[in-house]
Amino acid sequence: MTTQTMAASAAHTTDLRKTYGSGAAQVKALDGVSLDLYAGQFTAIMGPSGSGKSTLMHCLAALDTPTAGEVVVDGVALATLKDKALTKLRRERIGFVFQAFNLVPTLTAEENILLPLTLAGRKPDPDWFELVVTTVGLGDRLGHRPSEMSGGQQQRVACARALISKPTIVFADEPTGNLDTISGGEVLGFLRRSVDEFDQTIVMVTHDAHAASYCDRVIFLADGRVVDELDSPDRDQILAHMTDLQEAALRRAGQAGALS
Amino acid sequence: MIRLTLRNLVARKVRLLMSALAVVLGVAFLSGVLVFSNGLQATFDQIIKGTTPSGLVRAEGSASFSAGEGGVSTATLSPQVAADLEALPEVARADGNVDGFGMHLLAKDGSLVGGGGPPTLAFNYVDTPNLAGEQILELSEGRWPTEPGEIALDGRAADNGDYQVGDQVRLIAPYGELERDVTLVGTADFAAGGMAGAVLIMFDTAGAQEIFLDGADAYTSISLTGADGVSQTELAEAAAAVLPDGFEAVTADVVIEESEDAIGAFLGVISTFLLVFAVIAVVVGGFIIVNTFAILVAQRSRELALLRALGASRRQVSRSVLFEALVMGVVASSVGILAGWALARGLAALLGAFGLEVAGSRLTLDAGVVAVSYAVGVGVTVLAAWIPARRAGRVAPVAAMRADSVAAPGSLRRRAWIGAGVLLIGAGLAAAGLLGAPGPSALWVGAAALLWLLTVAVISSVLGRPVLAACRALFSRTFGAPGRLAGENAMRDPRRTGATASALMIGLTLVSLIGVLASSLNRSIDDLIDADVTSDFIVQSATYMPFPAAIGDRLEEVDGVGPVSREQWVQASVDGESTFIAGYDALFTEIYRVEMVSGEPAISGHQALISDKTAEDRDFQLGDQVALTFPGGTQIDVTVAGVMEANNTLADVAVPLDLFAEAGLARQDNAVSILLADGADPEAVYDALKEAALGWPMIGVFDMGDLGEQIRGQVNQLLFLIYGLLALAIVIAVIGIVNTLGLSVIERTREIGLLRAIGMTRSQLRRMITGESVAVAVLGAVLGLGLGVLSGTLLQQALSDDLTSLGVPVGQLALFLAVAVVVGVLAAALPAARAARLDVLEAIATE
Repeated sequence: MTTQTMAASAAHTTDLRKTYGSGAAQVKALDGVSLDLYAGQFTAIMGPSGSGKSTLMHCLAALDTPTAGEVVVDGVALATLKDKALTKLRRERIGFVFQAFNLVPTLTAEENILLPLTLAGRKPDPDWFELVVTTVGLGDRLGHRPSEMSGGQQQRVACARALISKPTIVFADEPTGNLDTISGGEVLGFLRRSVDEFDQTIVMVTHDAHAASYCDRVIFLADGRVVDELDSPDRDQILAHMTDLQEAALRRAGQAGALS
Repeated sequence: MIRLTLRNLVARKVRLLMSALAVVLGVAFLSGVLVFSNGLQATFDQIIKGTTPSGLVRAEGSASFSAGEGGVSTATLSPQVAADLEALPEVARADGNVDGFGMHLLAKDGSLVGGGGPPTLAFNYVDTPNLAGEQILELSEGRWPTEPGEIALDGRAADNGDYQVGDQVRLIAPYGELERDVTLVGTADFAAGGMAGAVLIMFDTAGAQEIFLDGADAYTSISLTGADGVSQTELAEAAAAVLPDGFEAVTADVVIEESEDAIGAFLGVISTFLLVFAVIAVVVGGFIIVNTFAILVAQRSRELALLRALGASRRQVSRSVLFEALVMGVVASSVGILAGWALARGLAALLGAFGLEVAGSRLTLDAGVVAVSYAVGVGVTVLAAWIPARRAGRVAPVAAMRADSVAAPGSLRRRAWIGAGVLLIGAGLAAAGLLGAPGPSALWVGAAALLWLLTVAVISSVLGRPVLAACRALFSRTFGAPGRLAGENAMRDPRRTGATASALMIGLTLVSLIGVLASSLNRSIDDLIDADVTSDFIVQSATYMPFPAAIGDRLEEVDGVGPVSREQWVQASVDGESTFIAGYDALFTEIYRVEMVSGEPAISGHQALISDKTAEDRDFQLGDQVALTFPGGTQIDVTVAGVMEANNTLADVAVPLDLFAEAGLARQDNAVSILLADGADPEAVYDALKEAALGWPMIGVFDMGDLGEQIRGQVNQLLFLIYGLLALAIVIAVIGIVNTLGLSVIERTREIGLLRAIGMTRSQLRRMITGESVAVAVLGAVLGLGLGVLSGTLLQQALSDDLTSLGVPVGQLALFLAVAVVVGVLAAALPAARAARLDVLEAIATE
């Protein structure tokens, strides 16, 4: 715990709230989330469906605007930024890996990887490009288009793209959700290595305990709140936690049902 | 299935609205033209019926409703004939008419009233009733003229001339004294309404005789009114018995038929001209429908597959798409027909401003117009949806289960090969035409051009690759990643891009083809003026109508003027075939270089020159006797005294000018050619001539430079009119681009979301979509301009007898390309704004 508090914060939120709808139909997707995400760590955000984990990630990644509260990424408060500055921030300091449809179908793997840089009009650092491409093991696939690659290869291209601009923080939204076990393992292995070898900060949303077991830290969300966290957990610890959370949720639902 | 189809229509109303707009515009143009030309026809019918008496006595061979450009007979009838006619029991009244052509009304400011379009009719006012027994003319203001020196005008002419009753009015007379100052004593209009823009100048009988008959007490024709119960035929037959030689009595029906034929031919040209553009617009609209339905079917293939999986047959699926097209066609045609009706009224108002009035009450949607418009609008829509509908039926049920729903596009190779084959056939046709196949070579080349146009439209997806690749390279160099992506997107679905570009290509092919022809024509005119027009100055009217011979007489007196040659053109029958023949005076061959194939250029008496072309076509030889029959019926036999090398300044048949007097035709000039006197200063003489001509606004004096300018101005006027009409086809093509881009944006929502998430700014996104649009537009422009210039050049070769020089308007073509780029930018505005507005998060989440 002590080492973590000493580590620099890559992003943090303060009392983050996000509500949809109004009146009786109001849904609180985030209900006062305050948390720090530390630099050089691989963090997982877990929680049952509807716990708000995706909304949290979208707010952190400047894709969504919270109803209240503050998000600071790399020392910049997002609320103060207009669309253009947010776009620039996403381009330069944030990397993304989505669950599916990560790549532009008209571009080759290499062009996809370099896209954030070309959009910014920047030249890639050839050594860094070489290193990233070798690490993800795509050397011989650079000229291929997405339609000529397997799902696992496509996700690895997406990972490489997320890293190419040396972002402060990479957000991965269920990056292995659509992959078979072996391909998923490769992708997770690569994310792990980029934290260990390149000191990259990665935040991953997942509901897969196995995927979360690759992480340094797992944050559990339920009903829009942070309910727990674990450091360097193994798969069984995470599963146990998830089961507890699920039971607690069912109990609450049962009470609510009894009250009404 | 029907209910499902209707639901689909409602659900995608915005997407369909754009393509429906293409049909709406095409049908609106079509029905507008039909309504307008029907209205024009009805207006003229009304005038003709309202102004024709029961019977007419006239010189033989004079046709009704001639504007007098082909020569006017001077034969007259004495008042005694009218008295004889009136004495007949079948005749209730016989009124002598005195009328003529070539009268001009000047406005208060000295300009011409009426101008070049509709004719100026000058006649004596008589209260003869028309065949329905009604008055033909109705007095609006003042009184009828009762003595020479007084006139009445139609109300519109008086307004346009800025004249009030009581004002002095200046007329230019065709014969005798050139300028006549008369007093306006009243205004009168056709009782049936609608003048179609004609200017009416009404005299009393003596006044008209003074102008047209040099004061002789005679008539040019006699209007007959039958006694009670006498039919038109009985009236005409009875009248024929007392007529002098050279005159005939015709029934109202004959007069009406002749007039309607003459007007019909003229109106037919106008409506055919306009209909061509309507058809082009509809064809271009068809391309857009094909494309829209193809995209919609592709986007819905999962839904269609689901229907198939649930048990719908191929035919049911195809038919549901066709039914969608049918409903769209009906709705769009209905809107189009109404819009067309409004368009016709607009067109009528526009022409009304230029003096050609069409009564609004005549612009009605009759059953025929409605039927044709529906047939065309619905037909084109359903036909265009046919291929996409068949493709829809072929969607495999299993596609419903697949994640990526894009139907595998079939190979373009087959299309390319067939297309290349058809292009070669076109090349064969063009070559055959140019190398002397039977028939006019322009027809062969035209057929080849049409074949090429249709083929290129179909295989533009293949032909366009290099153009698109060039755009991609250029864009990625200038605009970086967004440019690169724009280029890629344009090449992504070659069929879609090709079909969208084709719609624009059709319009630009025609525009550049016409541009090449017009520019060639202008160059050929310059050639002609340089090589063949050897006079220093030319006098002619803007509409090439004849003008008073007195003008030439007066110009001859201007200081510094040397030899002056007159020519008059007359429509006569040459051995039974109606031909324009020229009368040349003796000086003509001194001023103009006439190259002779055989015989001598100087002719006199009953001699004629013919061009080598006519000699060949009609098989005339030197020394042959040829029978000429003139308006008024006089026949004169002439001997072919020389064969000239044809050129565009010379007539096919020429006779001595004084032969026309012998033929009983009124002397007028169609052109006066003036040479400088020895040592005279050209500038000073030109200024003096122009100064002298100021009072005669219907003619112009030109030196050779200004003559070319003047003709070029007329060519360009026509050119711009055609460009204006083709603009509609281009507007429809732009709608096509907007539509395709809009649908593509919807299709690529996820991808756009992704791009935005990883750092594409809104303006980069807009640039990307604009780039794609520009690529499509440039493709259409490059294909269109290429094909247009090629076809135009070949057509010029085919027409090289008349179009002696090829002109490629490089500046204009560059402008068209620039316009295409602008069009691309404008077309992208809406889809780009839409894409930029997409919420990143929602876009990523889109299925």
